[in-house]
Amino acid sequence: MSREDDVLRAEFDLEFTYTRSTGPVIGRFYTDLRDGKLCGIKASDGRVLCPPQEYDPVTAEDLSEFVSLPDTGVVTVWNWVKQPRAKHPLQKAFAWALIKIDGADTPMLHAVDAGSESAMKPGMKVKVRWAKERKGAITDIACFEPA
Amino acid sequence: MREVAIVSYAQTPMRRDAGANNDVEMLMGTLQEALSNVGMTQKDIDFTCSGSCDYLGGAAFAFVSAVDALGAVPPIAESHVEMDAAWALYEAWLKIQCGKADTALIYGFGKSSHCALPDMLCLQLDPYAMQPLWPDSISLAALQANALLQSGKYTERDLAEVVANSRRNAKGNPKAQLKGDYTVEQLLKEPTFVSPLRKHDCCPISDGASVLIMTTREKAEKLCKRPAFITGIDHRIDAHGLGMRDLTVSTSTRIAGEKAGVHKGKVDIAELYAPFSHQELILRDALGLDPAKTKINPSGGALAGHVFMACGLDRIGAVATSIMNGEASRGVAHATSGPCLQQNLVAVLEG
Amino acid sequence: MSDEKTMVEGFEAPISLHYTFAAGHAISKFLRSMKEGKIVGQRSPATGKVIVPPRGSCPESGKPTTEEVELGDTGTVITFTVVHIPIPNNPVKPPFIVANICLDGADQTFIHLVSDCNNDDVKIGTRVKAVWKDKAEWDYSMDNIKYFKPLDEAPVDIEKLKASRLKEVGKYRHA
Repeated sequence: MSREDDVLRAEFDLEFTYTRSTGPVIGRFYTDLRDGKLCGIKASDGRVLCPPQEYDPVTAEDLSEFVSLPDTGVVTVWNWVKQPRAKHPLQKAFAWALIKIDGADTPMLHAVDAGSESAMKPGMKVKVRWAKERKGAITDIACFEPA
Repeated sequence: MREVAIVSYAQTPMRRDAGANNDVEMLMGTLQEALSNVGMTQKDIDFTCSGSCDYLGGAAFAFVSAVDALGAVPPIAESHVEMDAAWALYEAWLKIQCGKADTALIYGFGKSSHCALPDMLCLQLDPYAMQPLWPDSISLAALQANALLQSGKYTERDLAEVVANSRRNAKGNPKAQLKGDYTVEQLLKEPTFVSPLRKHDCCPISDGASVLIMTTREKAEKLCKRPAFITGIDHRIDAHGLGMRDLTVSTSTRIAGEKAGVHKGKVDIAELYAPFSHQELILRDALGLDPAKTKINPSGGALAGHVFMACGLDRIGAVATSIMNGEASRGVAHATSGPCLQQNLVAVLEG
Repeated sequence: MSDEKTMVEGFEAPISLHYTFAAGHAISKFLRSMKEGKIVGQRSPATGKVIVPPRGSCPESGKPTTEEVELGDTGTVITFTVVHIPIPNNPVKPPFIVANICLDGADQTFIHLVSDCNNDDVKIGTRVKAVWKDKAEWDYSMDNIKYFKPLDEAPVDIEKLKASRLKEVGKYRHA
């Protein structure tokens, strides 16, 4: 504890060692990521959702029709992080972006390693940079990079 | 429907770090102020409801300790929402509608100075596809801001105008944390933080607590010269996945506003819970508010001080105060929760 | 390839958040006294009851508490349990006793360990005294007390203790 005026302050770390179960839909998505592939799922209106959702966003029906997708896509919207926070996936300036995987109709969030803010353009093509070690998680995608 | 009116509202000053005061110590004085405004004691309260966040307190059930500020012996009828206290007000309003209470006390509190709030807010995201990447709340807001700018509806200048107005309005708010005179040009010269947002486009980190009392018409009219009647209240939620919605609009706010009856009369003032400047523009559009006819965020809004978990209640409190003071006849208060304005509550208050 | 490997059914999702926690006025004062080896509670202006550790408010009335009351380090076991699982990184080995202890002159219990005794001898009403760490190790912490040790005194009738405390605090009540 440190002393400052009349108040005592203490540093502490709050940690939760959660293990989450995935279920059949997220499980299939993660299995594909581990194997270096991407998949989406078909919604009732014909749209392909990636990341796959367990339930239809409109009708709430169970979804189960998986669609294999490539590891390339298009940036729809982005920002530019000059100074990454300690927990961010990249420890240099990067963009967070919503990325529509080719063949999908809804975008996913991930980081784009584009080098500079001026390299970011609407509709820019990007591809997955796979993590060196993959274990079945969203972080199996290290980030996206300009294609 | 029972007619319910706000009769008292008290707020601590919003500060970057309330340091010495813990949650209970922040609350006690504010509670006493809200009660004594209308000559009440805890015994006059039928139902107490609070909003706070245990992650902010850093402990499970952290909110329970705040009960020590209430004088809750013998045991009182009490409830808590792990949401902004505006939703605690909604629960209390329902309780009064059900005839289970006449008078309710609502409080919200938070000390964001304890931890990194932008990181903590990752815990409200999809735990599979988003949270493990730790996209902090400022980063997600910046994505939304860029979507809005790219849509061509607004420019960076419009964002800076929101900030300049907030800082100027806050000069009249003794509780505000950030205030002053800034020109749009001055603001636009600042470097970007998480582009396209600049630091001043983001709400500050604030510590504080707020307390509000509401009651039925018969009682309200005895307690207060101009009670602020809640004539409409509704809340709606958009999809959880950011990729599943159009970030440049707030459909949930629009529908909540329609259900609450925003358009049924002239809106003198509106207090919108926009933690980021561009969100005020999205909310204004969603509620169909014209800044030429409606004073927007006369308190300075969330950009002037953002007590996480009380900021929505503060919007309601600010509108109610204007009505009780006779400065406004009809106003709209808005509260939000979740990333990029996911969930929204709209209340219409009338004198 | 995925046909040969198993499907992913779960994943590790550790979460950690860093805090700098401020203790507040009342608890800061309390911990500052603890560093000096003193246990200092606060008296409620509404009920006369002595609260320890104090939180700055009287939980019964919601009134701020300011009057400080220095207490001794002896008290009574109000209730207890015998724990058979270890506390991670704690030298106290199971089975050990966790007790709700009411210090003499206080009206609120707190939880601490009871040790250095035959666990079977501990009863509701057992009189105990704090065993402190070496003075050099004292910090702003309740841990300055290693544990409470039973005193060689007759156990107390809890109901009688409560009644006498109520009579005692009645003298201070003025709200």
